[in-house]
Parts: sequence; structure tokens; C-alpha cells
Amino acid sequence: MKPAPFTYHDPTTIDELVGLMGSLEDVKLLAGGQSLMPMLNLRLAQPDHLIDLNTVAGLSAVDPTDVGLHIGAMVRQADLMKNDAILTNMPIMIEALHWVGHFQTRTRGTIGGSMSHLDPAAELPAVALLYDAELTVNGPEGSRAVPMREWPIAYMMPNLAEDEVLTGIDFRYWNEPHGYAFEEFARRYGDFAMVAVGALLAVEDGVIRRAAVAIAGNQPTPQRLDDVEAALVGQAASGETFQNAAELASQIEGMSDSYTDGRYRQRLAGVMTKRALTRAAARAEGGS
Amino acid sequence: MADTRRINLTVNGESHEGEVETRMHLADFLRQSAGLTGTHLGCEHGVCGACTVLVDGEAVRACLMLAVQANETSVTTIEGLAEDGELHPVQRAFQEQHGLQCGFCTPGMVMSLAAYIDENPSPDERDIREAISGNICRCTGYQGIVAAGLQAAVEIRGGG
Ligand code: FES
Ligand code: FES
Repeated sequence: MKPAPFTYHDPTTIDELVGLMGSLEDVKLLAGGQSLMPMLNLRLAQPDHLIDLNTVAGLSAVDPTDVGLHIGAMVRQADLMKNDAILTNMPIMIEALHWVGHFQTRTRGTIGGSMSHLDPAAELPAVALLYDAELTVNGPEGSRAVPMREWPIAYMMPNLAEDEVLTGIDFRYWNEPHGYAFEEFARRYGDFAMVAVGALLAVEDGVIRRAAVAIAGNQPTPQRLDDVEAALVGQAASGETFQNAAELASQIEGMSDSYTDGRYRQRLAGVMTKRALTRAAARAEGGS
Repeated sequence: MADTRRINLTVNGESHEGEVETRMHLADFLRQSAGLTGTHLGCEHGVCGACTVLVDGEAVRACLMLAVQANETSVTTIEGLAEDGELHPVQRAFQEQHGLQCGFCTPGMVMSLAAYIDENPSPDERDIREAISGNICRCTGYQGIVAAGLQAAVEIRGGG
């Protein structure tokens, strides 16, 4: 048996879950298991207690709201890809999901797991940034809302206390017609992104009216590229504008790790930004 | 004291009941408790795909799921794919297209492709390559596996 011994808990309600988290020491939460199970098997994580979120009711629904969609933390990535509301209103999420692991991991992997694990290369947090999503976190004092921009605190560290759990994510649709694109570069299909860029662009009469650009993999946490967006809005949706935006994106210092040099990541940031903007603009003008 | 649970699941149509340690992953349960060694373990951390099985019809990595989490599910392993001694079209295509050499990756490849083609009956070569992108083979060079996937898809969708 690979994992070190732990005591397994399978709460059925959020209250029971929060109660357990408040009373136990050295706990790990098991969502889809596609990142935590490897860590347990390699004994990189050896918690005394493992709390399974898969048995908790009420975390697996996708519900429409007045302004968009509420997605439960335990909704599987494969189910997001089949969701009609997402396909119609936030197709960029589905494009991004194609890059998340493999189809055999997306059947178990969850949106809440991706958001909480917060791998710097993860795609879904970048998508949540694009939409300024709002996260609901439950803890002993009840629930609180966290804006996505305040979610990543540091490398793989979400804005989540020891006794708190992410229960859902609210997305607000863009009402104006817009184009979208998600671009990624990885060594092998399904491997971690070296750099990934997502873009949403609303274009009217050839002029960019609204832009959202987010990047993953380039830095210890995913980022919205505010400066790039500011340089896009009000400009013509042209190759020159996108080239300028790409140059801005490639000026942000990229992180280095054992495999990829920071300067290479910076180059990729520029190339991915340009590709994403070009494709998003073409879709915006095509009216889809 | 070991933390254990009683579980009851269906494997290849047969009911399996037993007491498992909660830290046991599903692949170990299938191999050691159910005696079904067709499900292989290459890496045990989600990278190689050799352990792929179907849980309630969906392809999953059996090394990344605990046996307790499979309680009350229906699991299909490579041993359950052939029906009445008749090879599944994906299995037959692997044989005909030389989709295997040592056979270590094969159970995971076959289960992955069977699940994928079931949901996407008209894949092109790129789709097949994407479907097996999470399965590592050190022998074949993949060409025979891709050819097998394409051949099986034709048969499964009825020759079209
Ligand atoms: S043994 Fe499960 S993915 Fe390698
Ligand atoms: S046939 Fe040997 S690993 Fe694939």
C-alpha cells in the first residue's frame, strides 16, 4: 500500500465537514484526488486524517444565477465540459479544460480541487480570473466570499484558513458579444503548462471595447494582465495592437524552475498572448 | 490500528465484498483482493495510465482513487471487456494492428480507447493521439496503437 496510514472520514453535510475540520489536527481534504493522491502515494503528504469531499452533499451542482453561474466545488472537470450553459456562455472554460490533464483524469478531477491546489500552471484559476469569479469559502464562522483576485496569496497557497473549505464558485457572464481564446504551451499534450494565456475581447466596429487577459505558468501564481488590458481597450483590433500587447506581456519577469528558464517563459508569454488575442478577435468579429 | 472499512462493489458484473484498509487504492484492491491482475501499475502517481479502469462507465486512473471511494460502484477491468469469449473490437484491433509488444501498457491503452470511442465514435488520428496522451508505452512507438484505435472506431460505429 502506497500511502502512509491515515484515518478516513466521509462526512455527508457541509456542517459535518466543517465540524470535523475544526476538531481534527493534521487534515487533508480529498477532492478529485488527481493531485493529492499522487502526493499521498509518494508519501510527500502524510496527513493523520483524510476527509473525503466526495460524500458531502450539495457540492456537485451547476446552477444558473441572475448574472451567471454558480459551480459547486466538487463538479468534475469532465462534467463542466458537457455543460450546456458553460458551452453557450463561457466556452473559453471548455477550451481551457481540454488542456487540464487527460480525459481519464478529468473524470475525477474537480473545479474546486484545481482552485484550491492552485498549481501555478493550472488553467481553471486563470479562467476564474478572467471572469473575476467569486469564491465561497465555508468555515467555523459560516461562509465568506473571496474575490478571485484575492484568492492566490502565494505559490500554491490560496486564501483559505486551515479550518476552511472552498464550496463553490460564482461566475458572472459577459453580456456584450465577445470572442475568446485559450492558448497553452506544454512539452507534451496534457502536461503542465509552461505558459498559458486566456483572453476575452469585446470588439465593436473594429475597436476593442472590453478586454480580459490572464496568464498561468509564468509566475508563482496566476495573474490578470491589467497593463495589457489597458493597452488594448480603445485600440483597433489589429495585428499591431496585439503585437504591442504581446510585448508588454513578455516584459513581466518569468519564473525559472529546474526545467524552464524564466526568460524562455517570458518569450512564451508574448507569443501566447498574441495568439490568444488574435484568435479571440477573429471570433469576436465573426460574432460568436 | 489500521483504519478499515467494509466495501461492496461490482467488478465485471460480479459482486465483491470485503474489508479494506482505507489507504488502499482501487488498483491494489483489484489486483490483490479481487485477484484481477490485468490492471497494471506503472507509476502509481497518475502519469503512466497503465492502471486505467472504468468506474460506472468512465475511464479513471485506479491508482488515484481509494478503494473505499469505489464502494457501491460498478467497475470494469480489462478482464471484463471481452463478452462470451469474443474479444472487444479494441482488443481485436490491437492484435491485428500490432498495438502491443510487451503488453505492460496495453490494459490501460485498451480501457482508455474503449471508453473514448464509446463517447466519440468518429475520432480522427489526432483525437486518438489526444485520447492516449495520458498513457505511456515504452515499446511500440504508438503507431500500431493509433492504427488500432482508428480501426476499432470504424467497427464500433458500424463500418461507417
Ligand atoms: S499506475 Fe496509475 S497512472 Fe501509472
Ligand atoms: S507494449 Fe510495452 S509498454 Fe506498451
